[in-house]
Amino acid sequence: MYPIVKVSNVIKHFKDVKAVDGINLEMQQGEFLALLGPNGAGKTTLVEMIEGIQHPDSGEILIDGKHWKGHAHELHHIIGLSLQETHFLEKITVKETLKLFASFYGLPKKRVDEILEMVNLREKHKAFVDKLSGGQKQRLALGIAMLNNAKLLLLDEPTTGLDPTARREMWNILMHLREEHKISLILTTHYMEEAQYLCERIVILDKGKILAQGTLNEILEANNSYEIIDLSFNETVENINFLNKSSFVKATWDDKTQKARLLVTDIVTELPKLLELVQSNGLSLQTLECHKMTLDDLFIEMTGRRLDQ
Amino acid sequence: MQSPLLQLIIVQFKTFIREPEVIFWSLLFPILMAWGLGMAFNKENESVISIVQVKNDQYPDSAFRSFMVGAKEIKNINSPNEKALEQDVTIQGLGTNHYKIIDGTWEQAYVLLKRGVVNLVIEETAEGLQYHFDPKSGEAKASYLQFSGILKGKQEELSHTLIKPLSQKGTRYIDFLVPGLIAMGLMMSTMWGISYSLIEKRSKKLLRRLVATPMNKSSFMISQFAARFVLCTIEALVLYIFARYFFDMTIEGNISAMIALFCAGFFAFCGIALLLASRTSNTFVGNGIINLVVMPMMLLSGIYFSYHNFPDAIIPYIQALPLTMIADGIRSVFLEGAGWTELFKPILILSTIGFVTFISGLKVFKWY
Repeated sequence: MYPIVKVSNVIKHFKDVKAVDGINLEMQQGEFLALLGPNGAGKTTLVEMIEGIQHPDSGEILIDGKHWKGHAHELHHIIGLSLQETHFLEKITVKETLKLFASFYGLPKKRVDEILEMVNLREKHKAFVDKLSGGQKQRLALGIAMLNNAKLLLLDEPTTGLDPTARREMWNILMHLREEHKISLILTTHYMEEAQYLCERIVILDKGKILAQGTLNEILEANNSYEIIDLSFNETVENINFLNKSSFVKATWDDKTQKARLLVTDIVTELPKLLELVQSNGLSLQTLECHKMTLDDLFIEMTGRRLDQ
Repeated sequence: MQSPLLQLIIVQFKTFIREPEVIFWSLLFPILMAWGLGMAFNKENESVISIVQVKNDQYPDSAFRSFMVGAKEIKNINSPNEKALEQDVTIQGLGTNHYKIIDGTWEQAYVLLKRGVVNLVIEETAEGLQYHFDPKSGEAKASYLQFSGILKGKQEELSHTLIKPLSQKGTRYIDFLVPGLIAMGLMMSTMWGISYSLIEKRSKKLLRRLVATPMNKSSFMISQFAARFVLCTIEALVLYIFARYFFDMTIEGNISAMIALFCAGFFAFCGIALLLASRTSNTFVGNGIINLVVMPMMLLSGIYFSYHNFPDAIIPYIQALPLTMIADGIRSVFLEGAGWTELFKPILILSTIGFVTFISGLKVFKWY
């Protein structure tokens, strides 16, 4: 069996920007994969190349063992997708929109009703598209992507801009899909929780390159993940040099928030040492937070920037 | 499940009829325009001639003064506090002229001349009544000739001359106007409708989404044209039916040739529209491009007034414009009884324009 997606050495330029810079990626059938990265990381370009909408400058993309060239018609039938922000025709109802797309795949009417059920839009089937909320529009886009029972589903930022409830509803539909159907999914997002919740495999992209990939734990372990202690003081602190002298991995000071962040190998053994140090320097703690490193933290560690920026 | 082409046409057509503005602008507006302009140029042959008189009681002009006897006082709309006088003169065959005489000084006369309220000023002087007007203005000249003629007692003479008013169908302004409006409606509806909707679909990424399905690209284009064709035909029919019943217009020539011309014109504008919309995804840019093509034709193609008033040197170029070909063609069928022989050439040229622009537009068309 072919991998459902195989991306080899793919490069794509836009004028002088390298949007995708030599990416290799292989995805097995049935896998749920998240492309995680900030805006401009190259997620959309990569996904659109897999979708056949854009073409790589160099490198090769195979879907189910086939090139886009010469197999476009076939591949359109096994792929379902939602683009980042598509505006469907405003004065056309939800059901009419689904019917239109269903006609391209030669699907029976029944399928439209099934989809309305799956994406919870039955009650809205007579509503014009321009009367839908953001979440409902995204669910319509997802419904269209799911119409043809695609082997491979590609969703480009399906929950960006949605409120937590709408996002959760989207997640539930996708989780259901994952459990019930043999389907492969590529999802782009800049929400760490989304990648973590929906996908077993996460690929972190930045500036057109893959920074890390694997399951959440694999990524964290492979990148010497540490544990984190955030603290602030009651007193004004001149510098935190005293924190660097201990067995802590790294201490940083954020001037804006007036907080110190310590990377440690093990909170349980390092915390008492920290408290002792604070006391011996004549300081007292205002706040203290301990947690394991998240993907967000890791991304900041690796790039100095936040994922959702 | 219905065929994709049929679905696309239905959806496209629904987008038209669900926008009430579309119904107004494409159906009601041309009728209002035809009605308004038709009425304005077709009303009873009455006209108002406004004149400022600069009175001088030292040298009263007897002909003028006696003309003014029995004049009725009317409201002076230019200066509500003052009155003007109106004297009506009816000449058999020419209808009634309302002479509106406003009393005033030279200063006031200049203001009214500048505002275009009057085009003739008369002044009583020692040498008799003097007429002041711009001899380059045909209208001013006509006012002078009529008014001075009446004062000289030519009224009787005029009445006995043989005046035969033209009111035969086909020579009225409305007869000239309606075929032009049908041609213009076809152009506007096609160019704006198709170009703009394609550009908008591209800017909203809908084109991109559509071609990521197994949808046939030519089905999509055909659906855009087909839905628009239905709308254009309804527009033309509504306008024709209105003119038929309201202004009693009839088609003198070959209807099948005219339908062929209409279709060829539609095809030509479809091709041009597709070509214009082939690249840009910015609706503002699209707006400019469409205007660039549509405006010159609207102004030059003789929709409202004959283009024969333009210099002879540019008339052949005007006649080569698609809109001129359609307007002249429809007009010749309506009014001159033209048929296939006369329309063969424009039909062929328009079809060729359509074919060439359609193929090249499709070649460079940007779906993403």
